[in-house]
Amino acid sequence: MTDATWIDAALTSARPQAVGALLRYFRDLDTAEEAFQNACLRALKSWPQNGPPRDPAAWLIMVGRNAAIDEVRRSHKQEALPDDASAISDLDDAEEELAERLDGSHYRDDILRLLFICCHPELPATQQIALALRIVSGLSVKQIARAFLVSEPAMEQRITRAKAKVANAGVAFETPGAIERNERLAAVAAMVYLIFNEGYSASGETSEIRKPLCEEAIRLARLLLRLFQSEPEIMGLTALLLLQHSRAAARFDANGELVLLEDQDRSLWNEKLIAEGQALIDKAMRHRRSGPYQVQAAIAALHSHAKKPEDTDWAQIDLLYGTLEVMQPSPVITLNRAVAVSKVRGPEAALQMIEPLGERLSNYFHYFGVRGAFLMQLNRNEEARVAFDRAIALANTSTEAAHIRMHLDRLIRDSQPHREK
Amino acid sequence: MLYAILCYHDEDFVGSWTREHDANVMSKLMIVQDKLKKEGRLGPVARLLPTTAATTLRKDDPPLVLDGPYAETKEQLLGFYIIDCENLDAAVDVARDLGAANPGGAYEIRPVGFYEPGARAK
Repeated sequence: MTDATWIDAALTSARPQAVGALLRYFRDLDTAEEAFQNACLRALKSWPQNGPPRDPAAWLIMVGRNAAIDEVRRSHKQEALPDDASAISDLDDAEEELAERLDGSHYRDDILRLLFICCHPELPATQQIALALRIVSGLSVKQIARAFLVSEPAMEQRITRAKAKVANAGVAFETPGAIERNERLAAVAAMVYLIFNEGYSASGETSEIRKPLCEEAIRLARLLLRLFQSEPEIMGLTALLLLQHSRAAARFDANGELVLLEDQDRSLWNEKLIAEGQALIDKAMRHRRSGPYQVQAAIAALHSHAKKPEDTDWAQIDLLYGTLEVMQPSPVITLNRAVAVSKVRGPEAALQMIEPLGERLSNYFHYFGVRGAFLMQLNRNEEARVAFDRAIALANTSTEAAHIRMHLDRLIRDSQPHREK
Repeated sequence: MLYAILCYHDEDFVGSWTREHDANVMSKLMIVQDKLKKEGRLGPVARLLPTTAATTLRKDDPPLVLDGPYAETKEQLLGFYIIDCENLDAAVDVARDLGAANPGGAYEIRPVGFYEPGARAK
């Protein structure tokens, strides 16, 4: 490993803890970020010569804090201070002492707080995500802008606005109580899921560019899991992300067209991620405290275990969606359940199930796609065509539209009786 | 004499490798392993899933099952088992049996991601 690689890796992985602690200390996001930046610059100078400190996060917090305090003093006194070298040479003892103190429970709440301030309820989802990627993950504005497919100045502005809102929000810096902590954790988990979905919902052309969003979400989920080791829903969330991401290589064909689960080349699925996802579900189940992420992860795992699409345990998936409907009643979940129902009890039963959803999902692309597919299976081709046309009109990406067109083509082909299959 | 070689690295760093890079590293390791295997000197090789997938059984009385890896530093790694289990519950049961036979200390239970049984000459 070159110096640059390991230093970069160490800085990235120490970032949430270091910025979180600096934020608790300075109670101001900009000051905390600046202090961390300063500490990184010094690390780049000092670490290649002296080797990595035993606890990089503690080193960065200490140096960042001193640098910021020096900054304040300097601006007050306008006089020269001793150079950096002597300040750093005293660090070893101090580091040890600080590392002791950091070893406690503080840093867990520091990181949670740092993530939580990004979840401010007044911030639209996209701003929450952008802010978290900037502050917690430390991605550059350029990287984030690229992932969101917007210009760099536009993203810069979005993040600046979000920061201003967060700064005025007044987040509590006291150590949170158990209830507060659980609420924060739930909000943060939802945001991590949003980051993942932002990457996952990419179209074929952009899926490579947006993949880092999925990877970053998994990294944050693992971070949460390490901080909150006994939370079954965090195990469920991490498992869900790993299992969904395990299919990344099979989700788009060479032309960038979306490949449905049942048509995917399952040899392209990432077995390692599937094994890890399953291991986390096993752990979560031992707690007997089910939740939406765990159930969704269990559904994803059932798909992952089917070597061929026809091996899928649809009856179990139907049951799990039933559980999910009770936990989080939503027409979208019923729609997903209907797909399982169509496999277990046939398209007629499935169609009946989604009929009452029409009004609430009248602008939902998937509703018409699924409805069209059921109608097609029932040979009600004219109605199917109407549903598919509506789906294309509502499609968010060209990939979604192309996928529905494939169904339409199949309908047209099948309506020509003399043509060979 | 048999030797165990225990592998340590930053799991975040290794976890961030691309699939291609990971495969590349594995194939380079395979060259070393294959040579040992041909000579009948290779025992079982295992690559463990990340510590987030770990569960720990503290061999107290009564034994305590905790989520996460074994994080104490006052004890040392003294040995390991590779066992084939239907699921985590079954693995925890085995650990309990072992713990009852030899109380004190802890077992960390980690799922194995990659396993090579090896080929050791008698």
